[in-house]
Amino acid sequence: MNMIVSAIGQGLLWALLGLGLYLTFRILNFADMTVEGTFPLGAAVAVTSITQGVSPILATLFAGVIGIIAGLITGLLYTKGKIPSLLAGILVMTAIYSINLRIMSKSNISLFGKANLFVNKFLSNLPKYFDSVFIGLLFIIIFTLFISFSLNTNFGQAFIATGDNPQMAKSLGIKTDRMIILGLMISNGLVGICGALIAQNNGYADINMGIGTIVIALASIIIGEVIFKNLTLNQRLVAVTLGSIIYRLLLLLVLQLGFNTNDLNLISAIVLAICMMLPQLEKKFNLKKVLLKGVRKHD
Amino acid sequence: MTNPVLELKEITTKVNQGTNRELTILKNISLKVNKGDYITIIGTNGSGKSTLFNVISGLMQVSVGKIYLNGKDITNLKEENRSKFLSRVFQDPKLGTAPRMTVAENLLLALKRGEKRNFLPRNLKNYFPQFIQLTKSMHNGLENRLNAPTEVLSGGQRQALSFLMAIIKKPDILLLDEHTAALDPKTSATLMNETDNQISRGHLTALMITHKLEDALKFGNYLLILNQGKIKFIFGKEEKKRLTVNELEKFLI
Ligand SMILES: Nc1ncnc2c1ncn2[C@@H]1O[C@H](COP(=O)(O)OP(=O)(O)O)[C@@H](O)[C@H]1O
Ligand SMILES: [Mg+2]
Repeated sequence: MNMIVSAIGQGLLWALLGLGLYLTFRILNFADMTVEGTFPLGAAVAVTSITQGVSPILATLFAGVIGIIAGLITGLLYTKGKIPSLLAGILVMTAIYSINLRIMSKSNISLFGKANLFVNKFLSNLPKYFDSVFIGLLFIIIFTLFISFSLNTNFGQAFIATGDNPQMAKSLGIKTDRMIILGLMISNGLVGICGALIAQNNGYADINMGIGTIVIALASIIIGEVIFKNLTLNQRLVAVTLGSIIYRLLLLLVLQLGFNTNDLNLISAIVLAICMMLPQLEKKFNLKKVLLKGVRKHD
Repeated sequence: MTNPVLELKEITTKVNQGTNRELTILKNISLKVNKGDYITIIGTNGSGKSTLFNVISGLMQVSVGKIYLNGKDITNLKEENRSKFLSRVFQDPKLGTAPRMTVAENLLLALKRGEKRNFLPRNLKNYFPQFIQLTKSMHNGLENRLNAPTEVLSGGQRQALSFLMAIIKKPDILLLDEHTAALDPKTSATLMNETDNQISRGHLTALMITHKLEDALKFGNYLLILNQGKIKFIFGKEEKKRLTVNELEKFLI
């Protein structure tokens, strides 16, 4: 039971990453590799700030701001520098690696039980692992509401149009470059905050903790889409969180089967690949028919 | 004397400038379009018709020459900033609409063409009476599909939607680039007639490229023939009336 609660808590905390990538990957059609750098960057900034005596809330905010700046740079490289989206993201991600080492001045720093968002009176009264469920819920609810509200404004609709048909958007007077830059900023801001939360939850920041984040984010998005079909935009946003939780439960299951934590990235990639191929496989092997046949009464 | 809505002054456009693939597409084009003018444009494939629209809408920069809109020099104005004044329908139904957004969402985006997009709830439902009335005028069932994503519409519905999006907020100048060419003959004829209705009812200023010579003669009050990037002829309304398709074919070669 404890393990399931823990997995749900992890799913909720990591959901912020999926939500961030949803804005770029699904709405803007932009595969943003920056997040692989922004995530550990958020972690590094938060942990370093906290060890310097900054309050955990402020430290988490810093992580968001620095993520926003990283997104801005990728956005400028792409829109003004005309560098292809994938490469722009990889460039910034690579640059951030060095910056992270500068910030942390070594490859791993611990909080040593210093004050952080997960250490307070209220949370310590909760049953084990419910602290991450609580914090995760709090953040994901606030940001899902914020994004849902924003996307349903006239401005948000122009943002969606930018991803859906940039040529049309321009011809309607929408400043598509600005929209793309803004989307990358908000997205990476969320990812930075997510990195800060995960680092505080784990009690440390590690230079390599970004590896595989894009796969985890995509897995949350795509698992949500594969399981819940034909959703409205608001439902889709919530599906990202559910996808993130399901992904964590899947990992738990896999670990229970005897794989070890070193295999996690391999497993993540396989889970994502299968989910992405599912529509194809469904067509090819008539999966649905076969599955339905398996549960239907036969004569 | 009022200014013409649009004036092109000795426009020349080159692509791939400075390379061995340099190509001059439009050559020294001058044209005045006055308020209420409705000009049909014909020309062989590759004669530069779409390029002319690209230059007017700001999608393509001119190499030489000036463009004026209501007397204002817009030669260096970006496409996004020209959209306040002009709208355009492309030949390809896919180009004009956002596929994953609904018909109503697309219409609302177009209603705010060229305006600042505020951070307030869009209140889509409030616009439904207006949208229903507008889409009904196309006689193709679009009014029942307001909540459908445009990617599921038929080509005819999608192109009718593109057209409505171009006129829902009255443009100073409307550009139609073979907007019925991708449709079957019947659907094409219906949309063409409705186009003509809306242009005369709204007293719109319009340029319409067509590859159908009959349509070029039937619609509009001027006819412009483009040939190898140059304006070959402009016929006025009276001259246009006397022309036949056969004669027009000869002018094209
Ligand atoms: N961006 C471009 N680069 C190179 N050639 C172009 C470009 N745009 C148009 N052209 C060429 O210019 C000519 C005119 O094109 P276009 O205006 O599309 O013709 P039309 O619409 O009259 O059929 C064609 O030969 C086309 O290949
Ligand atoms: Mg053309």
